[in-house]
Amino acid sequence: MNKLTISPSPHVHGGDSVKRNMYGVIIALLPAWATSLWFFGLGALAVTLISVASCVLIEFLIQKFVMKVKTTICDGSAALTGLILAFNMPSNLPWWIIVIGALVAIGVAKMTFGGLGQNIANPAILARVFLLISFPQQMTSWPKPGQLTSYADAATGATPLGLMKEALRDGKSVSEVADLPSTTDLLLGNMGGSLGEVAAIALLIGFVILLVRRIITWHIPVAVLGTIAVLSAIFYLADPSAYPSPLFHLLTGGALLGAIFMATDYVTSPMSHSGMLVYGFGIGLLTFIIRTFGAYPEGMSFAILIMNMLTPLINTYFKPKRFGEVATK
Amino acid sequence: MLKTFSIGGIHPAANKLSAGSAIQALPVPEVVKVPVAQHIGAPAQPVVAKGDSVKVGQLIAQSAGFVSANVHSPVSGVVDKIEDFVDGNGYRKMAIVIKVEGDEWLESIDRSADIKREITLEPADIVKKIGEMGLVGMGGATFPSHVKLSVPQGKVCDALIINGVECEPYLTSDHRLMLEKGEEILIGVSILMKALNVAKAYVGIENNKPDAIDHLTRLAASFSGITIQPLALRYPQGGEKQLIDACIGRQIPSGKLPIDVGAVVQNVGTAYAVYEAVQKNKPLIERVVCVTGKTLARPSNFLVRIGTPVEKVIEAAGGVPDDCGKVIGGGPMMGRAFTHLDVPVIKGTSGILLMSKAESQRAEPSNCIRCAKCVSVCPMGLEPFLLAKVSAKGLLDRAEAEHIMDCIECGSCSFTCPSNRPLLDYIRLGKGKVGAILRARAAAAKK
Repeated sequence: MNKLTISPSPHVHGGDSVKRNMYGVIIALLPAWATSLWFFGLGALAVTLISVASCVLIEFLIQKFVMKVKTTICDGSAALTGLILAFNMPSNLPWWIIVIGALVAIGVAKMTFGGLGQNIANPAILARVFLLISFPQQMTSWPKPGQLTSYADAATGATPLGLMKEALRDGKSVSEVADLPSTTDLLLGNMGGSLGEVAAIALLIGFVILLVRRIITWHIPVAVLGTIAVLSAIFYLADPSAYPSPLFHLLTGGALLGAIFMATDYVTSPMSHSGMLVYGFGIGLLTFIIRTFGAYPEGMSFAILIMNMLTPLINTYFKPKRFGEVATK
Repeated sequence: MLKTFSIGGIHPAANKLSAGSAIQALPVPEVVKVPVAQHIGAPAQPVVAKGDSVKVGQLIAQSAGFVSANVHSPVSGVVDKIEDFVDGNGYRKMAIVIKVEGDEWLESIDRSADIKREITLEPADIVKKIGEMGLVGMGGATFPSHVKLSVPQGKVCDALIINGVECEPYLTSDHRLMLEKGEEILIGVSILMKALNVAKAYVGIENNKPDAIDHLTRLAASFSGITIQPLALRYPQGGEKQLIDACIGRQIPSGKLPIDVGAVVQNVGTAYAVYEAVQKNKPLIERVVCVTGKTLARPSNFLVRIGTPVEKVIEAAGGVPDDCGKVIGGGPMMGRAFTHLDVPVIKGTSGILLMSKAESQRAEPSNCIRCAKCVSVCPMGLEPFLLAKVSAKGLLDRAEAEHIMDCIECGSCSFTCPSNRPLLDYIRLGKGKVGAILRARAAAAKK
């Protein structure tokens, strides 16, 4: 007679895995990455490879020699952090700054708290903000698109958000801002910016991939983008000369990349759908406030980081809708 | 859009391997072992002794209390012994072992194939009859049926819900029964309606069984008040709370019963047993058992006498395959793994599922990545990751405050978890402990 396995139900599993989700997000990021290679060429390739390789290597070294646990670099989470970190950097960033960023992302933001699933802040965003504050000059010199064979030597220009901020500060009106890319260029990603944030259409394709493969739900991205759109529309309608249009807000800077790929980070976002909506609203609100009234032209990463810190609180107060709690239909 | 329940749910692979196999009567075995506790509630008291001769359908153990059920002899023969045995879950239980001689039925049982439509008994007598005949919920929960039909004073039942969902993967016994005994089931439903004095009954069937939906819809035209309700495919639709929500849009509040929203739920198998008990005077002595599994030679549906060894049933379907690693009583989502196969089929055995060695093993769990998928799929709107965590840490007050007792143990959370975390294992642990605290509190309040 065979020996029988005894275990409690359920006796079947749906087959989902950490790997499937992590590599699924990486796949969803590929259209945007391909667009970056098209516009920024060699620089985008170099920054991505250095970032991914250093994140994976640092995770491996920490797990092997510091934590002395079984390494989990194959689960795809370190590679994903590396990829998202690269998406948040200009494509001419020197290699040593990238390595420092990877060290902050994996070493400080992730492994210090116990590794995958334990961190309180999104590793890639914490690293980006760290670099932005530590190396403000290198982190805000954006290569102009189209220089396919240059890396650190690329000629630089400002981002559309930067141009807008500067012009408005100088007392110009929105329509007087010079050198803004056309809406088509904004959609395609033909503008200065972090290497992965520019390609609006490609990022939206990634969003569809994530939804279809059920890796994320719609709640956070829609809440973030909806909040930005509504707030900017109110200000734009009140005074179109002082405030840029909702479309400009949504297509520039890190709005799409942040809303679709960074705010939706499993570990640092709320667990209930109502919580996700509140969290997304908070990110949209803070982003708009920083962009419109703050010193920085872009506020996406600060907004996400702040809302990351509020996630435990949101989890406490925004519970899922319990069965039987609502009045009968 | 097809109706379904409001919150959560999953879509496990159906694997209804035996859906095309008609119900066959399994030969009566040489020996049956009939446990006296096949239901929720107090075990029945044996009323026969060693050496007594019994006929098919004769009462051999008497219900011991309100929530309890009679047990009848499924065979004719001689009582060999009354002794404890270790059941499929590893518990010691008393059973009456009968050596089979011939197949002699009590004369009061109508064994003809004629379908008897006219319901002559009065409501109170129907409930009494159902109690006498030892009926229990046939879906697997085995709650004594007459108790469910005794509506407490002050409560009103206005809808009877019949569970033909069979949302567990693999299982097909209800499906076959609906196809082959449709008219009997609907008469059974009418009897239940009369007993409960309700004008409306809904038979919920998922749309992966279009043949059963068509068949019963055609038959239901000649019955008054019975609606065949097609439902969108979604697990755990067969859960009592989910089914009521799906069929009539009422959600049972936490800690309440179906009757609190005016509903009573019975399984189609139970409705068939009600027909046989009331119209044919036949006690619950046999049931349809689905024997299935990917590596099994002939996945089948058998009509099996209660007390037949599970091994015999598997033999009839081709025997235990070489690579069998696990045998489950029930379906893969909520069934229980048998500790050994020398156990009898009981009233609640809806299926016997054989899994290969590879299917029997769980994957290694890893860190929770807080993906919230368990929250999304929980049909009770709970937070499985949190309940599992506080249960593991022994934070029972917190577990209670987070509604751990609302968990219906459907397993959707563990099924979905990308990190393969045994969420339901921990939640069960917490439920057990919180349940004990609640009982102690209630006992203290009584004093």
